Amino acid sequence: MKRLGLDLGSTTVKCVVLDENGQILFSKYERHMSRITAVTSSLLTEIAEMFGNEKMLTAVSGSAGMGIANDLGLPFVQEVYATRTAVLKNYPETNVVIELGGEDAKILFLDGALEVRMNGSCAGGTGAFIDQMATLLALEPDALDELAKDHDKIYTIASRCGVFAKSDVQPLINQGARKENIAASIFHAVVNQTVAGLAQGREIEGNILFLGGPLTFFSQLRLAFDEQLNIKGICPDNSLLYVALGAAYSSEACEFLPDHLSDIIKNYSSSTGYNSCKPLFKDRAQYEEFIERHKANSSMIKKIDTPKSRMFLGIDAGSTTVKALLCDEDGNIFKELYRSNSGNPVPLIKEYLSSLYEEYPDINIVSSAVTGYGEDIIRNAFHINHGIVETVAHYTAASRFCPDVDFIVDIGGQDIKCFKIRSGAIDSLFLNEACSSGCGSFLQTFASILGYTPEEFAKIGLFADAPVDLGSRCTVFMNSSVKQAQKDGASIENISAGLSISVVKNALYKVIRCANADSLGKNIVVQGGTFLNDAVLRAFELDIGRNVVRPSVSGLMGAYGAALYAMTHASSNTKGVLSKQELADFTHTVKAVTCNGCNNHCKLTINTFSDGGSYIAGNRCDKPVKKNTERQAYDLFEFKKKLLDEYRKNIIDPAKQTVAIPMGLNMYELLPFWYTLFDELGFNVLVSPQSSHKLYRLGQHTIPSDTACYPAKLIHGHIEALIEKKPDIIFYPSMTYNIDEDLGDNHYNCPVVAYYPKVIKANVKELQNTVFVDGFVGIHSKKDFAPHFVKMMNTYGIKLDQKKVKTASTKAYIEYEKHMQTLRSEAEKYIDYAKQNHLPVIVLCGRPYHIDPEINHGISRLICDLGAVVVSEDSVCSNIKRFKTSVLNQWTYHSRLYAAAKYVAGNNNEEVNMNLVQLVSFGCGVDAVTTDETRAIVESAGKIYTQIKIDEISNLGAIKIRLRSLFAVMNDNK
Amino acid sequence: MTKNNAVQQEVTESTHLFKTPEFTKEMKKTHTILSPDIFPLHMELIKQIFIMYGYKLEVLRCEGKKVIDTGLKYLHNDMCYPAICLSGQQLYALTEGGYDLDKVALIQFQTGGGCRASNYIWLLRKALHNMGLGHIPVISLSFHSIEKHSGFKASPSLIFKGLISVVYGDMLMLLRNQIKPYEKNKGETQALVDKWISFLVDQLKHNKGLIGRSLKKNLRNMAEDFSKIERLDIKKTKVGIVGEIYVKYSQFGNNGLEAFLESQDCEFMVPGVLGFFQFMFDNRITDYDLYGGSKMKQNVSKLGLSAATKIETIMHDILRDFPQFTVPAPFSRIKELGDAVIGRGVRMGEGWLLPAEIAELIENGYNNVVCAQPFGCLPNHIVGKGVIRTLRDMYPEANICPVDYDAGASKVNQENRIKLMLAVAKEEKNN
Repeated sequence: MKRLGLDLGSTTVKCVVLDENGQILFSKYERHMSRITAVTSSLLTEIAEMFGNEKMLTAVSGSAGMGIANDLGLPFVQEVYATRTAVLKNYPETNVVIELGGEDAKILFLDGALEVRMNGSCAGGTGAFIDQMATLLALEPDALDELAKDHDKIYTIASRCGVFAKSDVQPLINQGARKENIAASIFHAVVNQTVAGLAQGREIEGNILFLGGPLTFFSQLRLAFDEQLNIKGICPDNSLLYVALGAAYSSEACEFLPDHLSDIIKNYSSSTGYNSCKPLFKDRAQYEEFIERHKANSSMIKKIDTPKSRMFLGIDAGSTTVKALLCDEDGNIFKELYRSNSGNPVPLIKEYLSSLYEEYPDINIVSSAVTGYGEDIIRNAFHINHGIVETVAHYTAASRFCPDVDFIVDIGGQDIKCFKIRSGAIDSLFLNEACSSGCGSFLQTFASILGYTPEEFAKIGLFADAPVDLGSRCTVFMNSSVKQAQKDGASIENISAGLSISVVKNALYKVIRCANADSLGKNIVVQGGTFLNDAVLRAFELDIGRNVVRPSVSGLMGAYGAALYAMTHASSNTKGVLSKQELADFTHTVKAVTCNGCNNHCKLTINTFSDGGSYIAGNRCDKPVKKNTERQAYDLFEFKKKLLDEYRKNIIDPAKQTVAIPMGLNMYELLPFWYTLFDELGFNVLVSPQSSHKLYRLGQHTIPSDTACYPAKLIHGHIEALIEKKPDIIFYPSMTYNIDEDLGDNHYNCPVVAYYPKVIKANVKELQNTVFVDGFVGIHSKKDFAPHFVKMMNTYGIKLDQKKVKTASTKAYIEYEKHMQTLRSEAEKYIDYAKQNHLPVIVLCGRPYHIDPEINHGISRLICDLGAVVVSEDSVCSNIKRFKTSVLNQWTYHSRLYAAAKYVAGNNNEEVNMNLVQLVSFGCGVDAVTTDETRAIVESAGKIYTQIKIDEISNLGAIKIRLRSLFAVMNDNK
Repeated sequence: MTKNNAVQQEVTESTHLFKTPEFTKEMKKTHTILSPDIFPLHMELIKQIFIMYGYKLEVLRCEGKKVIDTGLKYLHNDMCYPAICLSGQQLYALTEGGYDLDKVALIQFQTGGGCRASNYIWLLRKALHNMGLGHIPVISLSFHSIEKHSGFKASPSLIFKGLISVVYGDMLMLLRNQIKPYEKNKGETQALVDKWISFLVDQLKHNKGLIGRSLKKNLRNMAEDFSKIERLDIKKTKVGIVGEIYVKYSQFGNNGLEAFLESQDCEFMVPGVLGFFQFMFDNRITDYDLYGGSKMKQNVSKLGLSAATKIETIMHDILRDFPQFTVPAPFSRIKELGDAVIGRGVRMGEGWLLPAEIAELIENGYNNVVCAQPFGCLPNHIVGKGVIRTLRDMYPEANICPVDYDAGASKVNQENRIKLMLAVAKEEKNN
């Protein structure tokens, strides 16, 4: 009897018919565009016609197949299991299978007991991810492969999920990096994600089989795997069909008539419904009224057809779009540009200005300003007068429409910016973190996946009767929610409306974190391209239960604000922009180089313009840009790091035993203690090298949980580096408790800091040949330390004399205290200096390990470059006595954080301009508790709270906006 | 390790604070205390103990998306999923349950470890404050009085009786799980469970069933009753369930994991709740051994542990008289396994108990283990995903499937993952 295997995947349907000998008689691979049942049913009809009505042994597999098979009582084979069955049959000598699909990534280890790894719910380095990146570059996915062949450089792109990668790729595009290199970097990102997320401590070696769409279609992706893993993988014939083959081979398969099957699948509607929200509009009349109301809100501003005598240019080079316009002295708008930036804003602006000069040769552009991601490059290229922070631009524009605006919500292509206005100044600022950007480009991507333009897609949702309730989560989650909704029978209309609602929920509950609408204020202006979508606008009003103002130029507010700014800041002796002739001669070339100014080795792109001007992007510090630094940086992060480097000289006396210490997490604080202790006890102390992305990659394959914080994941690299040095002992103890500084209710470490040694022990195989001390140590009680330490070390066969340990530990405690005291007095010096020179002070709060430049990406330096003095939380917290908090204050590092916040709140006077910036590592669960509390403490003194989330990514662009907004307010307040 | 109250009074006040009302003696008489639903069969019994001590406790049963949405609306969205569910239930009940908001209080269990779960209660208070319900008191239930309320005291005798109600729940859970998949007459097991719960509720109402002899008698009768249920001679895939304590037990939290496994032809074993309490007592004993500190605290914990272990022994001894039941390993063995897998100093969250339970399940024939964890759970980076490798090395037959639970995670993905584990399990069974 013939066999039939069906693989209903997340984006495609695959099907095979086999004869009695397992030969393939028929196969098909088809994108289903979410019309799974229709496509499957017609496929089956095709098969029935081709083979006559004959029974076949049939089984279903695939992620979308489970529900259908379940409800229809068809035999179902889990898809990984199916893959394995097919591989064992066709390539029995295979050791490892790497299979990438539309939305999943899998590695199968076939040696010994089967081990299977599937991507977690937060991992998207998959086909959908590649598609999304291609969309971002305005390319077909196939073109990506072609381009990648000509790359000469690989950039680091975070691949944890599409949203993250986007925030890495977008700046590269804006900075003018070559698409060839970006394309290749995207493939390498997928490899990294697969290895980091799925290998989990197991080496990928032996005979490797590549399966699934992306690995079949993209030769450069296969190459990237081969290069990075040093393997030679095979992509077999029928590599797209393995799951279907496995289903067909399955012993679970039962006899069915294909056309009968076709019928029941066609008539299948899911047994469960879906959760829905209220419709957006009751009826057409309600919609008309809504439209009229919003028109009236913008009646004070006209669009004009001819330029007036004095015109002002505003440009907003945003993340996905470029916007520009001119305005006259009354604020009336002339010649708008709203274009997708397709990767490079420079030619678009050139074209805009050229056509302007063409049509109006005598136009008088008095002054100009630019804002947005591409601010620097546009300003340099076209000699724009002013560069302003986006937040300032938006507020300027919004107050034109609503002079007493309290709250602005701007949802753009890639970011959500919300800010509160208090007494005419930007008060608090909320930006979406890299993980929650369910914004404009998200709707756009969905529209194109489902085969619509964004405009059409928005329209069809307006009158949906039961919008799908999709919650307020990030894109990756949303993908599967949408799929589920489709399966549950939701129409495209209801999905469109549901997505609009989810964008609003995301902004309100994830970004602003608003508990009730009143906290936003009375006068709310909503803007940004996404609010041009009436469904989103309506959903917003419904959710907060209040009418809002959407300006007619909602999508152009950044540019409009810039133009207004240019108007108020026009000076008589400069011209606004390149002249017609200069523009005609304008050319632009891009070159990629690596900066060798320091250990960071930033990948720079150098843009050169025809007038000899140039613009460098990709730098983390001012070094390659400025020839020499004008003043000494007062950066306590840097100072701390230098202090610790004193213990990292690694002088090795061959006569002594060597204790090696991985420099990560709590070691960033305790190194002086451990160094002194072991030095006194007669050991060499070997400390692991400075962190780098390369070091991270060295240990990447042993990371078991890819959602842990980056500082923790870095430890794996440090351990690998130490193992290479073959020390006698690697010392990385588990520490439930931290030092008790009497600032909180308890003095714990967070679970990750406390027990990461156990994760290292369990997952780094090579440690079996080393003495690895991961035992439990407490240093919170000086008197108890020595006996317990001796006992613990003894369990590793390291015999120590308790008396000697007692003496050594006394010295170690003194050394630690001295270290902390040095920090504190240095901080005092810095603050005094700031007072004398009227410089702002930023208390940059994090954990001790945030001073690692690989973790903070040079943020402390960036703040110094903006003209402030930087001190750390642990250098100021001792000025504060223990106080009551409205959370359980039980972690030492976080007690310092609250104390530092209190210190900043207390420094609320003329003498010093002090503010707090909190660094938060992505994935740090503890910070879900601390951030709100820190904000509350700081805001209780009328200060601004600024939070910066950091991860593996090094996108300083978004961070810069945040910091510059803060500085703009600080200067306003002065 | 919590500081005493004297120190707490010295601390300075801060302007950012909001009021956190105390649960007073008067409130004990007038207020209904709302508790979230956590354990599958235990809550009704635990409730009776509180009633016995004069508290008007009510266990909330509301579920569904509306509960999650309420949680998401008022709690930090990056907070762990259990916090969203637990507080979500309580906040939803306050907004929709028709309670007199001046006569109601909330209660949550506070473990007091280094995991962020210790802060659930504070986040709940913040949420109440933001909702304008800041006057509603929130009671912290903990073994070592992290907070003091004049109207609420978790006395040793209340805790002890609480432990007994937990054992009843554990026993029922164990018997049900081992019988139900094989029952000949559908529904018979559940009917017996229901019968026993109402019998025990009645006993507890009359202050019965709480001392050694009657406890023993009840447990034995229970085992008798369940052993009499007629069973089919069929083979089921044996699956163990471990995890973060809330998503491990709460069917609301884990999207009906037990029902799903049932539909997939499995028998599942869920280690009892008592073990978690033994684990908590043991932690304080281990702490003293590892770091020194207060000997007195250690002694108190030793008392607690020995009481709990005594009850455990009673239960296991009875079970051993019925060869058809699989008896879980005693806590002493669990401790050995904890040392072997990770070390008993790992105490935050479910700490060493979680991998020790996996090991115990495998040794007891439950090779397939679902490890249920909230997405982004910090301790689970360590004791869940972190040590699976060690467990595989120790037990090559181990087939462990970590599953993440979250407001945004789809049920389809979770079930798909479990199906893979079951496919592998089936193959092992056939070989």
